[in-house]
Amino acid sequence: MRFSGLRVLKEGLTGNKGWEPHWRNPEPKPEYDIVLIGGGGHGLATAHYLAKIHGLTNVAVLEKGYLGGGNVGRNTTIVRANYMMPGNSEFYSHSLKLWEGLEEDLNYNVMHSQRGLINLFHSDGQRDAFARRGNRMIAQGDDAELLDTAGVRKLLPYLDYDQTRFPIYGGLYHKRGGTARHDAVAWGFARSASDRGVDLIQQCEVTGIDVEGGVVKGVQTTRGPIRAKKVGMVAAGRSGQVAAMAGLTLPIESHVLQAFVTEGLKPCIDHVISYGMGHFYISQSDKGGLVFGGDLDMYSSYAARGNLPLAEHVAEAAMTLMPMIGHARMLRSWAGIMDMSPDGSFIMDKTDIDGLFVNTGWCYGGFKATPASGHTFAHLLATGNPHPTTAQHRLDRFRTGVGIMDEEATGSQHNLH
Amino acid sequence: MRLPCPICGARDHREFYYQGAAVMLDRPEPDAGSDVWDEYLHLRPNVPGAHDELWSHDAGCGAWLRVTRNTVTHEVIGAVLASEVSR
Repeated sequence: MRFSGLRVLKEGLTGNKGWEPHWRNPEPKPEYDIVLIGGGGHGLATAHYLAKIHGLTNVAVLEKGYLGGGNVGRNTTIVRANYMMPGNSEFYSHSLKLWEGLEEDLNYNVMHSQRGLINLFHSDGQRDAFARRGNRMIAQGDDAELLDTAGVRKLLPYLDYDQTRFPIYGGLYHKRGGTARHDAVAWGFARSASDRGVDLIQQCEVTGIDVEGGVVKGVQTTRGPIRAKKVGMVAAGRSGQVAAMAGLTLPIESHVLQAFVTEGLKPCIDHVISYGMGHFYISQSDKGGLVFGGDLDMYSSYAARGNLPLAEHVAEAAMTLMPMIGHARMLRSWAGIMDMSPDGSFIMDKTDIDGLFVNTGWCYGGFKATPASGHTFAHLLATGNPHPTTAQHRLDRFRTGVGIMDEEATGSQHNLH
Repeated sequence: MRLPCPICGARDHREFYYQGAAVMLDRPEPDAGSDVWDEYLHLRPNVPGAHDELWSHDAGCGAWLRVTRNTVTHEVIGAVLASEVSR
């Protein structure tokens, strides 16, 4: 079933009776070439690219809940390529280019909207830091423009510019940044992978990883054993639990990150905005809700819900930056389980167990990486070698000290992000 | 979430700074080798459920605590002074 304008018109005129389920719901087979543990955005994207680029379709994605029920359905939907460190810079640049062709690639409307991202700054020092970051983005081949106060005021007239505490000095404008409809991204990848022959198996929790003589042989699941030549672990905040089944300990701590949405409003925020004083970022969804978030709660958690002090902190930042938000009522808040790595950058590598691969450590920035994570993890699984844009993202970099990507210049240890 | 500081009593978690898993208390010998130090600094069991962790009562008495807390429910099970934890 292909989507097109004509098809939408025809279905609209005939009672929308011709639409079909977007993916098959198969029983697990006893054996696959590749099993992916985790049916979130990254796992589904990996399945799509394995099938499309590498022609590997004897693949299963095992999901303990429902497809896209984890962080890909819980984020604030921001897509950008404004990273600075070598290793991250080329990876996120690669990802944004995949985003720009994604809807055509998937024949699926993921509502990718390049509405522009503005990172505000509030001091001379911060301006220098953002000027440097902008130069690094341009050197990578992406776009960045340094705006002064008047430049920002033209785009965002509703901010509080004259606040005495944190006056707005300007912003770094990344025009190709924006948002995408997060669920549709998971669904689009799922549909494409399923159509190409990948089995997406929901309600199937992996309970063990079979290793014999240092070689992976398959997995045990709540729906029976499944043999596999290769196994990819793509479990985000649950990575530690999955890796433990193979006897591995990862350099990952799981933390809780909250997000919030207001009631639906008329269009008022046209861009993605991030505040430079206090961790706060906001955009408006197509449904009209203001979607925003802040910092981690800053303690280890698997609860997928946060505490009120952080909600209060985020609301304070929102009110300081744009007092008009005080008129909106908060509708919902939720949280996800973040796989935090010591240097704030992800890990994509082989493990010491032959045939077992790991994709983790996305911290609180995995959504924008979804296409490239799938693309490069598929490359690693299919060829056994890392894709050029992930060559630095080794599992052992914290032990060796080689290739650490310390994006926030805070050192490489837990609990600094 | 309130943490039971042995010195100050139950206090709001905003008064505390979270350092991470209490494995940080088991500092290896300087010449223990890079694998042991890698494990100490970076590798984390990261198990859901009861979790021993270090909190500093920054906005209170300043003491370091070893708190046992359930990371699935956020239930705080107990807290002792880190200085009194036998190693």
